[in-house]
Amino acid sequence: MHQLTLAEIARGLADKQFSAEELSRSLLARIAQLDPQLNSFITVTEDLALEQAKAADARRAAGENSPLLGAPIAHKDLFCTNGVLTSCGSKILTGFKAPYDATVVEKLKAAGTVTLGKLNMDEFAMGSANESSHYGPVKNPWDTSRVPGGSSGGSAAAVAARLLPAATGTDTGGSIRQPAALTNLTGIKPTYGRVSRWGMIAYASSLDQGGPLARTAEDCALLLGAMAGFDSKDSTSVDQPVDDYLASLAQPLAGLRIGLPKEYFGAGLDARIGEKVMAVVEELKKLGATVKDISLPNMQHAIPAYYVIAPAEASSNLSRFDGVRFGYRCENPKDLQDLYKRSRGEGFGAEVKRRIMVGTYALSAGYYDAYYIKAQQIRRLIKNDFVAAFKDVDVILGPTTPNLAWKLGEKNADPVSAYLEDIYTITANLAGIPGLSMPAGFVDGLPVGLQLLGNYFQEGRLLNVAHQYQQVSDWHKATPAGF
Amino acid sequence: MALERSEVEKIAHLARLGLNEGDIPQTTETLNSILGLIDQMQAVDTQGIEPLAHPLEATQRLRADVVNESNQRDAYQAIAPAVENGLYLVPKVIE
Repeated sequence: MHQLTLAEIARGLADKQFSAEELSRSLLARIAQLDPQLNSFITVTEDLALEQAKAADARRAAGENSPLLGAPIAHKDLFCTNGVLTSCGSKILTGFKAPYDATVVEKLKAAGTVTLGKLNMDEFAMGSANESSHYGPVKNPWDTSRVPGGSSGGSAAAVAARLLPAATGTDTGGSIRQPAALTNLTGIKPTYGRVSRWGMIAYASSLDQGGPLARTAEDCALLLGAMAGFDSKDSTSVDQPVDDYLASLAQPLAGLRIGLPKEYFGAGLDARIGEKVMAVVEELKKLGATVKDISLPNMQHAIPAYYVIAPAEASSNLSRFDGVRFGYRCENPKDLQDLYKRSRGEGFGAEVKRRIMVGTYALSAGYYDAYYIKAQQIRRLIKNDFVAAFKDVDVILGPTTPNLAWKLGEKNADPVSAYLEDIYTITANLAGIPGLSMPAGFVDGLPVGLQLLGNYFQEGRLLNVAHQYQQVSDWHKATPAGF
Repeated sequence: MALERSEVEKIAHLARLGLNEGDIPQTTETLNSILGLIDQMQAVDTQGIEPLAHPLEATQRLRADVVNESNQRDAYQAIAPAVENGLYLVPKVIE
């Protein structure tokens, strides 16, 4: 039963092959049995899941038949869940049970999904390896000595190991796409503003977007359709109708114009990943796509600009964690300053403190123009590159990551080396365009991810291309040994 | 332009982050390596380029100036580290 996709689960539930309760019990048993090897869950919400599953079965018995009714999922642990721990992977949110549900959580609940729990992540979504979590690192099910990617590493590992069919994630610089790539999943970061950020604990507000990770593009379409939409509670939510992503899946690829940016295939890319990606391009040509070489000349400036903008926004966003209103408070503070400093000093991990300090410095008097304004100017150059490219092509294709999943601990000594792993994904966040990663094969038994970037609000087209490829390929069906 | 220890201490103070004495040399070194990465921006010609703050260049949406939230003090204070009589407790601020 654990091999079923969301689409197959919808059919199985509709045909009464099994009940939502049976399915949830089976997956909960699997989580209890296998997750100790992966550490993908921070909280398993067994009682809540069984209650929701029973309610879904009752709704179905009463005649409802929506596709996500009874579908088991889990949330990255930065989506606030009423009455359930929301940790953000941080000690500073010890004991934090949000008094409300995030909009994404509320929408997926209303669609009838069953929440199996909350998934591990890099602390405050800052990381590319899921090693900065206060709750310990997550392991990659394809090789448990390697990282699953981050920051949505728990989401990726759990879905790849078939502990559940799909999960929510968030992507600020690649945190859905990169872990999807390293664990053989499909994951999509929507256009900025497409999915509500309300109740999603903020890292960098002008870059953060929620989205799904699943094993197929079809499942991502199902889940994204339920997650997306205008929300008056998020001031940057976009007030425009949500496309029918499922309906767009079937569109033939004849005439699709693919752009291959030369910057994505240059120095720094593991050549074996490049070969796998180009093999997929050949398949897409057989399906009727045409290919054009393009250039995104400002891509190389994206990482420096990102490491100003994201930390600057983080230093402001994370000022709310002060030991006064919620979460961790230090013992015996001698005065208010001591309470702030020790609660934050003891509550935040090393990477979070680094980014808060970088952001504080970049925003401090005398440095604002040299850092923050400069980074925002580069941000526009990056956006302009995409605007120009999308005049001639429908999608931009390249590798999701320059390297395969690395060994746990390998990049811990030098944070900058880990930052460089996000070179291909960060530009989409800076420009606000949608990006998708999908399986493209294996090198030495480790998954290779291929990234598709689209113009604003072209999520449907990205899902369509991935789905059409998945009709003629089997990479996405591969299961890690032992799971 | 490398940060000195005293500047790191000042930044930590501005950010209200208590650092352990022993961690400061390592923190200084790492911050300098990150700032080295960031300084690569200075080589980019951005003369006359308008800064981009919001990817869709949206402006702040306004709503009617009416009360639309109910009081949830009890729910919010139930998760606070220390409260008394509806107030958040902190160490004495005024002597």
